[in-house]
Order: sequence, then structure tokens, then C-alpha cells
Amino acid sequence: MKIEDKKRVLREMVLHRRFEERCYQAYIERKIGGFLHLYPGQEACCNGVMEAARPGHDYVITGYRDHVHAIKCGADPKEVMAELYGKETGSSKGRGGSMHIFDTDKRFMGGYALVGGPFPLAAGMAKAIQLKGGDEIAICFLGDAANNQGVFHETLNMAALWKLPVLFVCENNLYGIGTSIERSTAVIHQHKRVAGYNIPADECDGQDIEVVYEHARKAVDHVRAGNGPFFLELMTYRYRGHSMSDSRGYRTREEEEMWKQRDPIFILRDRLIAEKALTMADFEAIEKETDAYIENEVIKFAEESPEPRVEDLEKYVLADRESQLPWLTGKAA
Amino acid sequence: MANIMYWEAIQRAHDEEMARDPLVICMGEDIGVAGGTYKATKGLYEKYGPLRVMDTPISEGGFSGLAIGASFLGVRPIVEIMSVNFAWLAMDQMFNSAAKVRYMSGGQLTAPCVFRAAGGAAHQLGAQHSARMEKVFMGIAGLRVVTPSNPRQAYGLLKSAIRCDDPVFINEHELMYNMKGEVPDGEYFHPLEGSEVARAGTDVTLFGYNISVHWCLKAAEILDKQYGISAEVVDLYSLSPLDRDGIRKSVSKTHRAVIAEEDEAPVGVGAEVIAIINEECFFELDAAPVRVHSALVPQPYNHTLEKAAIPDHEDVVKAVLRLFGKA
Repeated sequence: MKIEDKKRVLREMVLHRRFEERCYQAYIERKIGGFLHLYPGQEACCNGVMEAARPGHDYVITGYRDHVHAIKCGADPKEVMAELYGKETGSSKGRGGSMHIFDTDKRFMGGYALVGGPFPLAAGMAKAIQLKGGDEIAICFLGDAANNQGVFHETLNMAALWKLPVLFVCENNLYGIGTSIERSTAVIHQHKRVAGYNIPADECDGQDIEVVYEHARKAVDHVRAGNGPFFLELMTYRYRGHSMSDSRGYRTREEEEMWKQRDPIFILRDRLIAEKALTMADFEAIEKETDAYIENEVIKFAEESPEPRVEDLEKYVLADRESQLPWLTGKAA
Repeated sequence: MANIMYWEAIQRAHDEEMARDPLVICMGEDIGVAGGTYKATKGLYEKYGPLRVMDTPISEGGFSGLAIGASFLGVRPIVEIMSVNFAWLAMDQMFNSAAKVRYMSGGQLTAPCVFRAAGGAAHQLGAQHSARMEKVFMGIAGLRVVTPSNPRQAYGLLKSAIRCDDPVFINEHELMYNMKGEVPDGEYFHPLEGSEVARAGTDVTLFGYNISVHWCLKAAEILDKQYGISAEVVDLYSLSPLDRDGIRKSVSKTHRAVIAEEDEAPVGVGAEVIAIINEECFFELDAAPVRVHSALVPQPYNHTLEKAAIPDHEDVVKAVLRLFGKA
């Protein structure tokens, strides 16, 4: 990666980290309800892959740990936070919540809360791209545990059979909710599982963004060139529990400390410092500016935005009635 | 008017819509090279090719989700579920993705996807190939449910379902694919909402949908000829939403109601129609409404037991006679 790109991505990753940590605080303050799944520890995965892809052009879909993916695709952090606050100005107008961030203008096609659910949706978007003849690709980010669902295998089979332009990114964070991969899955290294479908696959360190970027470039190029699907496994770790109700009793503090020694932001920061492209003071300034931005703009926007109107409770269940009248009444022109 | 079969009507709707719009595609098990289990996609593979007429692996959850994902980007997929029983495997995607995506995205995304399934009990297909599942689909917000009782509806409902921006589930019937009926020669879009008076009458309303409309029509004939009872038959081709106005209007006229459903009674169409009658026109009733429905059993294989489990026109006649104190 070029120095300038690395500096830009470092700033983005700091935003992603601080955004999530601020969500944690807002959740404790009961400003955010429901379930909240946070991304710290895994930032290099989404950022590395999307640096190799085209955010806003390629179609991206993921599970419920979706805030950072949406922001990376171009969603406004203010709207994402407003969504978490359940506000009308939220990216899904307060109807979705943390697990259902959408920004279709930026081609972020949503977060979905049924584990594995996005697999066939991603393949379907790839099918649409194939029919329409564009150069976009579909990118599906999911965790390792999603691969234990039946639709994982059904989707891999169809994607390979029909040579669909879809990149499956497996963020292997070693846990499915509170069950470790050794205890739930017969194969630890997920890329081995796709060999049976004749899908090329690769695995790499998910903590070092430059490593992710190099592997992702090959994966993205493969798919964009019309060679069909690709499966990229990134070995990573989430610092926080699965969601907010999780006290992490299923893993040791030693293990967590070991992974924090390989923090994706610090790896990139230290490399830039070693390359004399950054000083520690620069980094601290980035953190400060980011916190100020989150507090003064993101949180402020969410706090001050209006609630949805109760009169609009049933809006968006079905398509706008007026536009559908010919088919609802049979009185087509 | 052409007198054609139910499957031919469905095939014609596919063909016209696929000829019009290159983004209309269809997919399902055996629908392409094999021509479709019920011939509803006959000849389309040869005409439109494998990219648009997709023979899928036997992966209902997977290909239903794939169709929904394609519909996010403007494709209009028509998914054939070979037997409605297999739809249980597709329901996660149909309900959690297609039906909810518009709402949970605040109106940004929609899944204009059509799911057609052969429903109903046929002949001795046993417990896992005879389910009637319309009641499962009609309780889902964000999903439209229609069920054609004749070739005209089969053609026109599919045409409208393909054009509509909402996901639509079409409940067909295994025993009806060879039924003949009049279909307009020109393009015809059947309303996705409402109900239809299939036979006018004054003394009692018989509510049916799909195959039970035919039981009701036959029963009305018998009631008229043998008992001098004038029965109105209302065809509830739209199960979601149900036509509250149509139900109220007919019951307000006849003051008596029988609901005939091939499904089992609990949490079913009959229960819902009776609730609507209570809410809309309770004081118009001269007698408590009655349901005619299947026995609550997994469908038996044995022919005699199967016949005992599923109602028919005779059960509708009996129910009406009881309402009038004649049985």
C-alpha cells in the first residue's frame, strides 16, 4: 500500500475503533437499545478488503456486526449513530437498529441478523450483476460460525456452478457467539472447507492490513475478471464479547492479551512510525480529532435528531400503495 | 377468450413477462430442461436460455435467498417451489429477508420476488407432500399472498405479482394444473387485493379460496336445486391482505357465513375470516359462522383415511344445512 493510503486508512481505522467504543458507552447510558455487536480488533479485515475493492461501486453485504462495513462503504457515521439511537435521520430511519444498517446509495446492502442469511443474498446480487453485465462484484463479509449453516454450502455450490462474481470474506474470529471454533467446527481453517466446491480460496493474517490488502487484491481481481467466486479467510479476533450481554467467560484474559499485542491499528501505526511517515504525536492528534468529531458531530447529530412519528408505524411494510395501484386493483393501463 | 389449462395460463404469464423484460427470470427444480413438474415453465428454457431459466440444485433455502438477492438489484425472479412442503426450507429467506428488508432498511431496499408453489393435497402423497400451508404465509407482514382458483386468476395474478414491487407468494394447487378455463386473449392483470363474487346469492355466504371455491360452487348448486337455499360464493383469491370490505358486504347481505378451507382449522383462513366478520359486521349475523376444514392430522397415505381427512362439497352442504336447522 502507498504511504498516503496507509495514513488515510489509519485515520479511518481510528474512527472505526472510537465509533464502536463510543457505541459501548452510549449503550451503557441506555441511549442505544437492543443488541449491539462491536467490531474492535477486526478493523484490518473490512478495511484491507475494501481498500482492494471499490467502496460505493461493489455491492457489500454482511451480518449484524455491520457498523464499520457500512461506514467503510461510505455511509455517514452520523446516520449510522442516529440509527443506533433509533432516530428518523438514521440510515434505516430508525426501523432497523444496530443489526440492520443499510445505505443502498453507497451499495452497502445491509446487515442481517440470521447467521449465514447473507450468503445466498450475496450470490443473488452477483447473479444480477452477471445478468446486467456490470463490472461490479458482490462481497459477503461473515464470520466463521456462519459456515456451519446449510445455506453456506448451498450457496457455494450455486456460486461455483454458475460462476457468479462474488467474494466471500470469512472473518475468522475463532468464536461463534460464546462457543470456540474448536468446540463447534470440525475444521478450524475455513478455507479448506470450500475446496469441495472447486472455489479457489486463500487464508491470511487478518490483523495486518497490508497483508489483508495484498491477499484481497488477488481475490478481488480474480472475481472481477469473471473467474467466478473466491473465498478469503482472515484470521482475526474480536476484543469485546459477541454482544453486550456477553461477559466472555468462555475464554481466558491471557488469550485476549495475546491478541491485543497484535492490534491492527497499532501494527499500522508502528509501521508508519518506522517508515518515518508518522510520529506518535501525529497519532495522538488523530485520536483527539476523531474523538472530537464523534462527540461534536456524530453524537450531537444522533442526540438532536427527531424520533420517527408513531403515525408512520406501518410505513415501509409494503411498497408505496399509490405506485402499485395498477397491480393491486388490476386496472393497468 | 381462450379455453386453456391452469398450467398453460401460468406458462403464458411467464412467457409474456420474460419477452417484455430481460430482467424477469425464473428458477426452480426441474423447470428448465425437464420443462417443469407441472409444465408451468414448458418451452421457456429453449426460448430464453439457461441464464434466465435456471434449473437449480435441490437447495430451497439457497436458491430462494439467491432470488431475493437478485431482486435487490432490480431483477424480477419467479421462483417455483416444486411442492409447497419444501417451502419450509425457504421460509427463513422468504420471511426474514424478502418480507422484512423494506421495513428494516427504512424503505431503501425491496424484494420484488415471486414465489410460486404447488400446494394442496393431491392423491396419497403422504404427510410430507400434502401440506396446506397458506395460513403460515398469510401471517407475515411484508409478504403478499394470493391463491388462484382458475386459469384466469392463475394467469392474471402471476402477471400482477411480477410487476408488483412487493414480494408475492402464489399458492397454486397440485390437483388444478390441468383444470381448464377461460382466459382473456389480451394482456390481463388480476388485482392482487380484493375478492370476487363467484356466484351471487342471498341466504348464506360460502367463502372459499383456490380449490375450496370449487367445493363451494358445487355445494351452492346442490343447495339451490335440492333445498331452495340461495348461496353466494366469495372467492378469497387474496389471502394477505384479506378483503375486509368484500367479507363485510357479502355477510351484511346474506347474514350467514361458512368458510371452506383445505387447511387445518387452527390459526387458519377460517379463523381469520370469522374474526373479520366479528370486527366488521357482527350484528348482521343471524347465526354463528361455521368452518369447514381438514382434520388436524399429518396427511395419511391410505386412500380412505385421506378422503376422511380432507373436506369436499358435501361437507360444505352439510354445514349450510346445519346453519339452517335442516340437518
